Amino acid sequence: MDEIRAIEQEYFKKNIPDFHVGDTVRVHVRIKEGNKERIQVFEGTVIARKHSGINETFTVRKNSYGVGVERVFPLHSPLVKKIEVKRRGDVRRAKLYYLRGRVGKAQIVKEKKANK
Amino acid sequence: MAKGILGIKLGMTSVYVGDKLVPVTVIKAGPCTVVGKKTPEKDGYSAVQLGFKEVKPDKLNKPLRGVFAKRNVPAFRVVREIKDMEGEVGDKVTVELFKDSKKVSVSSFSKGKGFSGVVKRWGFHGWPKTHGSEALRRPGSIGAGSTPGKVYKGHHMAGHLGVDWTTVKNLEVIKVIPEKNIILVKGNVPGSENSLVIIKA
Repeated sequence: MDEIRAIEQEYFKKNIPDFHVGDTVRVHVRIKEGNKERIQVFEGTVIARKHSGINETFTVRKNSYGVGVERVFPLHSPLVKKIEVKRRGDVRRAKLYYLRGRVGKAQIVKEKKANK
Repeated sequence: MAKGILGIKLGMTSVYVGDKLVPVTVIKAGPCTVVGKKTPEKDGYSAVQLGFKEVKPDKLNKPLRGVFAKRNVPAFRVVREIKDMEGEVGDKVTVELFKDSKKVSVSSFSKGKGFSGVVKRWGFHGWPKTHGSEALRRPGSIGAGSTPGKVYKGHHMAGHLGVDWTTVKNLEVIKVIPEKNIILVKGNVPGSENSLVIIKA
């Protein structure tokens, strides 16, 4: 088992910022169009972090012109170039699936105050 | 020329190949030692015998100990033959042998499933769960009546499933780590963790 963990270790990313469920993040994703590559940014609220080790993923939800959009990113994927934390959220749940039913201002997660 | 090595299935994980996450089986293979040879002149076919998992000679019975002593090689717990492989008695075989291989086949005993019904064992579709059905996982008819008056041999029925010597062919070699004696192959291989596997190319 330890030997398998050691093999996975090699594929882990080293520079993952400390981010949690409820935070607002900007995810820089590498996108291939034909033979051209570019970076696209997906900004939204992290509503879940799932699995562990090399298979860890996180789900980002945003509202795009009134339509809710969710994307699941593998945390260690080379396609995810960078994760920026824009705002810390104050939440009491590990999964924020309840945001899916919310409309308008109710979708916004409270900001975490420093030194609380 | 064929080549082969004995190993132990450690388990599965995933690794990134380029941008893609690929499922892999981790196999700890070798180091093996050639402990014997079969030649067409003497035995009618050519093969080498690989020894794997070195043990103290006093762990083995006397006849086996004698075999290893006579050939002047260490004692091994596991000895298997690989047909049409090259090598002289005493040669070491490590995973480095598979460094340039693209595809390998992996054999092992599949996991035991016990006495299994026809749905699991032969992929029968079973029967409806509702509408008065009382035969959810039964086989149904097993043949006609007076003619032929018997059930044909080899008819698919319930019985023991698993613990068969199974080979999965054309598995891609993802990575070879010689210093740890580890080889990663794409996809799954038969058997449970810690079971003996034979890799051939």
